[in-house]
Amino acid sequence: MKTDRNALLISGGRVIDPSSGVDREMDVLLRDGRVAELAAPGVLKAVAREAFNAKGCIVAPGFVDLHVHLREPGQPHKETIATGTAAAAAGGFTAVCAMPNTSPVNDSVEITRWMQAPERDAMVRLFPIAAATVGSLGEKLTNFAALKKAGAVAVSDDGKPILDDDLMRDALRAAAKLKIAVVQHAEDSRVTAGCSMNLGPMSFRLGLRGMSNAAESDIVRRDIALARETKAHIHVAHISTAEAMDAVRQARKAGIRATAEVTPHHFTLIDENIGEFDTHYKMNPPLRSAADRDALIGGIADGTIDAIATDHAPHAFHEKQVEFERAAMGIIGLETALPIAITVLHHYFKLPLTRIVELLSSGPTRVFGLEGLGTLAPGAHADVTVFDPAKKWTYDASQSRSKSRNTPYDGWTFTGKVVATIVAGKVVFEG
Amino acid sequence: MKKAQPHSLLGIDQLNIAEIDSILKLARRMDPRRAPQLLRGKRVVLLFYEASTRTRTSFEFAAKALGATTTLITATSSSIEKGESLIDTGWTVTSLGADAIVMRHPNSGAPYLLSRFVPVPVINAGDGLHQHPSQALLDALTITNHKKRLKGLRVVIVGDVFHSRVARSNAVLLSKFGAEVIFCGPPDLVPDIAATIAPGVAACHDLDAAMHGADVVMSLRIQEERLAGKHISLDDYIAQFQVTPQRMKLARPDAIVMHPGPIVRGLELADEVADGPQSCMHEQVANGVKVRMAILATVSKGAR
Repeated sequence: MKTDRNALLISGGRVIDPSSGVDREMDVLLRDGRVAELAAPGVLKAVAREAFNAKGCIVAPGFVDLHVHLREPGQPHKETIATGTAAAAAGGFTAVCAMPNTSPVNDSVEITRWMQAPERDAMVRLFPIAAATVGSLGEKLTNFAALKKAGAVAVSDDGKPILDDDLMRDALRAAAKLKIAVVQHAEDSRVTAGCSMNLGPMSFRLGLRGMSNAAESDIVRRDIALARETKAHIHVAHISTAEAMDAVRQARKAGIRATAEVTPHHFTLIDENIGEFDTHYKMNPPLRSAADRDALIGGIADGTIDAIATDHAPHAFHEKQVEFERAAMGIIGLETALPIAITVLHHYFKLPLTRIVELLSSGPTRVFGLEGLGTLAPGAHADVTVFDPAKKWTYDASQSRSKSRNTPYDGWTFTGKVVATIVAGKVVFEG
Repeated sequence: MKKAQPHSLLGIDQLNIAEIDSILKLARRMDPRRAPQLLRGKRVVLLFYEASTRTRTSFEFAAKALGATTTLITATSSSIEKGESLIDTGWTVTSLGADAIVMRHPNSGAPYLLSRFVPVPVINAGDGLHQHPSQALLDALTITNHKKRLKGLRVVIVGDVFHSRVARSNAVLLSKFGAEVIFCGPPDLVPDIAATIAPGVAACHDLDAAMHGADVVMSLRIQEERLAGKHISLDDYIAQFQVTPQRMKLARPDAIVMHPGPIVRGLELADEVADGPQSCMHEQVANGVKVRMAILATVSKGAR
């Protein structure tokens, strides 16, 4: 056997590949941008010129984030595609799906293509999610077929939920024909105007108007009913309430194509963490009650949840450090997703690492049907995330690769750290 | 998150019983016309983003009685109107030499934000729907002038509790001292979760039931526009929740009636009650100056 210049051998690690059920010590050979071979430790030694020692680490399919805001075009003071994908690489993500609420809104083939152009300097794979309606104004559907052809993997008016029943039905019908998902930010914004947190004892105590659980779950139920009617795929973004969780669980049992993602903050934090009006705990959907958080953990454990998605939402200091009701919603999350998942789901709630890897790789790729990703099967794209599940470390937000610093986790100590992120066979991040 | 200045007064939650007692004790000794010049040479900025008569004037009189100079900054006559951020306004005011900032703001939590960024004490003069600590302290002073102690008192707070920072601050303070607090009003204005604000607080939608055995009846202003779109009409509100002489008969004979002002006459309170012998409203206003003198003295002592 001769050595190969375009090959990389990842040796000594424990391979977890939920798509093929592999969970044991193996070496992984990547060649020409693809997974070439998995073999027992030591067998492939002589093949690759380059080797990556993954001893003590987990070797997993590259992580895929279904929900990020990269702010380009239009808001480069918050983030750019280059900085956002650099943060993604540092967080172990080899692919991200970028929401269309840019400025202007990504409702066109031009912007969809512009985002994927090499000049954007994306460090990981970028899949645009295009707007479902023109300008995300909720009036006229965009051209789903053209957008899909240009590279969009789903459609959504994220942040501006589609409330009109007929329009949502039309969107689901059009998406079903193309076999893509409609991603809904489920919030009845007719009843949440002026609200800045979850409705409950904490919102009363703080004198802030609260969003009810029903404002989310009513829309989720409506969307599920429409998905059943149209035989379409509804994907519930950042699910946050016990009632919505139940609705998705029932829908799945009934054979309806309903999928759901959960963010690390919704399965970790609760509304009480807002404390004395800390805007780093202000997001939409809002942090909910402990009972809701527990229901999300239940949905993660029983398989109802398909993916962990970050809803990475960078904002500048001056947009966040203002009166709570005026502060921008959302937090950055790409670099902290895996450490939180391991710390909270694995160490605290005792979920197996295989489930966490599934939620970050094969789970999300199944949701959007991303071929050749989220798996280490031979022939798949050579996207690999290597992490140390036992490493303790402290997150320093000032060192973030993101342009923004809006995170509640600054100074938190986590167990579990990304060691290397490999995209198309090339190491793009080493921690 | 940055920490707040330690000597700010942001909410009742942050005060323990001893600290509240100490402010009330000091307030009882305060005489606006013969006060110790504890704030001589100090500059107190009154930063008012929202209209106010009682609170602003009494803070101003209180600061001046203690020898301070005061400046009033309002949202409409300053750079605030030009879009200056709260943090930038705070820096500007302290760079100009403010020794303390008294702030009223329409957004809940605004004083907490300000106090994390300015190096001087911030006194919350009312923030959104959240807190109005100086009002709760002057109400406690008024109650204790008539009742031996707060423990065991039955206090009915009737009206638009949801939109009331006065209700929230009073409930938290009274609960600390072991009083029983009953929030009363229609469900839209007194949601059941209101009872979770502190131990010993209940929510009730029947004023006659709530009034039974009351030691203190605290009426809150009803803003007509806030009834719009709710399940109750103005006439129904008056019929069910106005504090009338008949309803006062359900309370204890020595019960007192309070109102933070401004009163909407003929709506939340019958004139006979507002102007009757059990009414303590003028006393509340007078106590406002004393309590705010005590607050300013306490805050500036701590900051020194």
